[in-house]
Order: sequence, then structure tokens, then C-alpha cells
Amino acid sequence: MSEAADDIRSVIVERDIPHPPEKLWRALTQPHLIEEWLMKNDFDATPGHRFNLRGDWGGVLDCEVLEVEPNQRLSYSWNFAHDDPAFNLESVVTFTLTPTEAGTHLRMEQRGFRPEQKQASGGAKYGWRQFLDKLEQVVAQAG
Amino acid sequence: MAFQTDIIFKTLADPTRRAIFERLCRGDQTVTALTAGAGVSQPAVSKHLAALKLAGLVRGRHQGRETHYSAQPAALVPLTEWANKMSTFWEGRFDALEDLLKRMDQ
Repeated sequence: MSEAADDIRSVIVERDIPHPPEKLWRALTQPHLIEEWLMKNDFDATPGHRFNLRGDWGGVLDCEVLEVEPNQRLSYSWNFAHDDPAFNLESVVTFTLTPTEAGTHLRMEQRGFRPEQKQASGGAKYGWRQFLDKLEQVVAQAG
Repeated sequence: MAFQTDIIFKTLADPTRRAIFERLCRGDQTVTALTAGAGVSQPAVSKHLAALKLAGLVRGRHQGRETHYSAQPAALVPLTEWANKMSTFWEGRFDALEDLLKRMDQ
């Protein structure tokens, strides 16, 4: 995946899971299993497949499968359209599975931006990433 | 809060303005000192400072004939809130995922 320099919001959550990648992969890609831990869905592990994730709160996410490398890597878009631009979200979720002695290291990265911010940062793409990294430190110091 | 976030993003989208803000994060400065390192004219620096002040990112303090500007890093907190919110969401989902994996054993 290319490093989009203008994505200005990202979150990474990692966890060591005491189960083999093959089993974890099933939980990430089979609709009835996805529903048990994430949301109701019409997922299919085929690049280009468009699907919805339906949250308990009534929200519907528009998604498209981007990458499928069985037992290793899965990514899909995670978009939420809202009339109020403040709630709009375009993002990409990527799951990376790495086998470990005890099971699997699961890494989830969500990189996103809101459309109007994409424009706002247009001429200033370079530097956002480094800036936000620094920002975290600054905020931490500010208490 | 979302409105405040937008203001902060828009204000910091300008690289010159962002550079000024980053310099102020390292310590208070006067317009004169800031101009020396900014590569733009003093009126331009003043304009950037006004925008930063409007967004609550910078504060000015008069001392003698000069104004000393200082960064207000706490104003950045809304920017990190989204990431915190999403982290919490995914941690919760991963708990549910682990529960599911345990059940799949049986």
C-alpha cells in the first residue's frame, strides 16, 4: 500500500492472540463470524467486493475490499457518509497477521481523513505525518 | 468540538504557519525573532500569529515594547481525541474477537 502523505488521522491497535493465523483469518473473513465480533455484514474476501457493516446503533459503513492475502493481510475501506461533514469519515482498515510461537500477532491500522480536511491539507501534504507524530508528544507533555 | 477540530486543522494546514507554531512549542518568541527564521516578512508573520491566536493555539503577552508569543499545546487535544476514540472501539472489538476464537475451539 502506498504511503499517503495526507492522511492525517491514524490509529494502530495490536494484540497477541493465542490462536493460529488460519483460525484468526476465518474470524476476520467469514460473515457469520465477523458479525459475532464486529458488525452485521455482507462481506466476501474478494478484492473489489463492496459491502456494508451495520452497527447496533443504526449506522451503516460503506466498505470495499482492497487487499486479500490469506492468513496474512486483509484491508478494506471503512467509509461513513454523513450530511454533517464533521461526522464524515473516509478511512482504510488493514489487518496484518504475523505468526508467533504462541499464536498470532494481530495488528490493525486505520488510516483516515475527512474529505474537507483532505482539501484543506492539499498544498501542504508533506509534513502532516511527522507533524502529528510530534503532536502526540507535545500533547503528552502538556498533560 | 468538531468545529474546533476543523479550525485547528485548517489553521495548521499552512506549512509556514505550522513551522511558526512548532518553533513556539520549543519556547516563547517575539515577532522579530520569529521573522528572522521564518523566511517571510514581519507583516506576514504577524498575520500567521493572528490566525494561530484565533484558533487558540498561540497566546501573546506584552512585555515592554514587544509582544512575546507562546504556544498553547493543550489546544491540540481535540486532534488526538479521534484516535483515542477509535483505539477504544478496536480494543473492545478485539476483546469480542478473542471470546469468539475461544468459542470456535469447542
